[in-house]
Amino acid sequence: MRFRFSHGAIDPVAARDELREVSAGGFVAFEGWVRDHNEGEEVRRLEYEAFEALALVEGERILAEAAARFPLKRALCVHRVGSLELGEMAVWVGVSAVHRGEAFAACRYIIDEVKHRVPIWKKEHYRNGDSGWVNCERCAAAPRESAGAHPHEHAHEHAHEHALKD
Amino acid sequence: MSDRSRRPPGTISTAATAGARDAAPLRGLVLAGGSSSRMRRDKAVLEYGGRPQLDRVIELAERHVQPVFVSVRAAQAHEPTRAGRALIIDSVAGEGPIVGIRSALGAQPGAAWLVIACDLPFLSDAVLAELIAHRDPRALATAYLSAHDGMPEPLCAIWEPAAGPALAEFQGTGALCPRKFLMRHPVRLLEPRDARALDNVNTPEEYAQARELLVPEVKPMQLKVQYYALMREQAGRSEETLETAAATPEQLYGELKARHGFTLAPDQLKVAINSEFASWTRPLAPGDAVVFIPPVAGG
Repeated sequence: MRFRFSHGAIDPVAARDELREVSAGGFVAFEGWVRDHNEGEEVRRLEYEAFEALALVEGERILAEAAARFPLKRALCVHRVGSLELGEMAVWVGVSAVHRGEAFAACRYIIDEVKHRVPIWKKEHYRNGDSGWVNCERCAAAPRESAGAHPHEHAHEHAHEHALKD
Repeated sequence: MSDRSRRPPGTISTAATAGARDAAPLRGLVLAGGSSSRMRRDKAVLEYGGRPQLDRVIELAERHVQPVFVSVRAAQAHEPTRAGRALIIDSVAGEGPIVGIRSALGAQPGAAWLVIACDLPFLSDAVLAELIAHRDPRALATAYLSAHDGMPEPLCAIWEPAAGPALAEFQGTGALCPRKFLMRHPVRLLEPRDARALDNVNTPEEYAQARELLVPEVKPMQLKVQYYALMREQAGRSEETLETAAATPEQLYGELKARHGFTLAPDQLKVAINSEFASWTRPLAPGDAVVFIPPVAGG
């Protein structure tokens, strides 16, 4: 179970190879990509920044939780930091398991928790020249969905994911 | 000890200071037998600078006179702050400090007593040294005048052996107040040099004020604060080392929000100390690395 950061492009093939195991009958991955729009704004590029020391601990914690909930073989999450262009991969989550059901469920669990809990921030640069930290500025006054387990969870979904590949 | 040759600003009695040769030996007596009714808790154990005031005043007295005894009621003899001290347990009937003073004079009839109430947190070496330097063994007592009302202060005073019988007679008339005794008998009185030195502390409010005056200011500690994302931009830096008196992340954020103009409210943030999530009320320690975590947006 590993969580790590990448300062350059994520290599999904190499990442998948880390999850290979002969007892695993399936593998599920999720890739988050940089999208060209969000909340009605045209996005030109993104910047990701992380509090890496705590993010690594929290990321590993999420993977350990996933392993405790679902019978996994292996799991890996790689998150980009730095400046990303449209179409680049921002995050990669992969899970290998005996059967597909737990692989899908664990992959979903990991990406959902990572988005809510790991101290990573995303700055959007818009076509009009503006920029803003997602969840901090444009939506700072928006009511939050939950004040409990995930006080930073937003009413809006700022997802940049597009595809689920396997 | 202060310079014995220095004259106090004013001495009122005309009696000449007697030589040490004909004076009774001086002992210390710290009065800790009160019921602390106005304070609503035992005054002897009230703390200044982390130490019970009884311990502080005994230590102070011992720098000027030895041995030092503690005056207590029989019921207080086993109270932990008092137990283990040389005690003089009340042996005469009645109420108030006069009982403690008379019990000491009765216990050692050949001795004079430097009597000090335990609730004088501002008492200083200079005040005791000056009192002892100007002791008049031929008076019944040597005492300061109150800086507030000009009356004698009986509870930071030297009581001579001859005061024993006179106090017994005074108490026999139904009188209780040693201050009135000093006003009616031949005693040596000194002008105080420090107006606050003999202020006593009787109520929780006075205690709180005295602690503020006495306890050295909270020493600011050095912390490292790291900033990310929006807060890094608003602070104009990714980290800073600062001196703060803030005791918790909550107080620290209040300080920094004002300094850097942060727009995020505390309820939008989480706190990490030394790279682990922490509560807003966790006490900060010197050297801690603190991060205020804005709403995250990974993925």
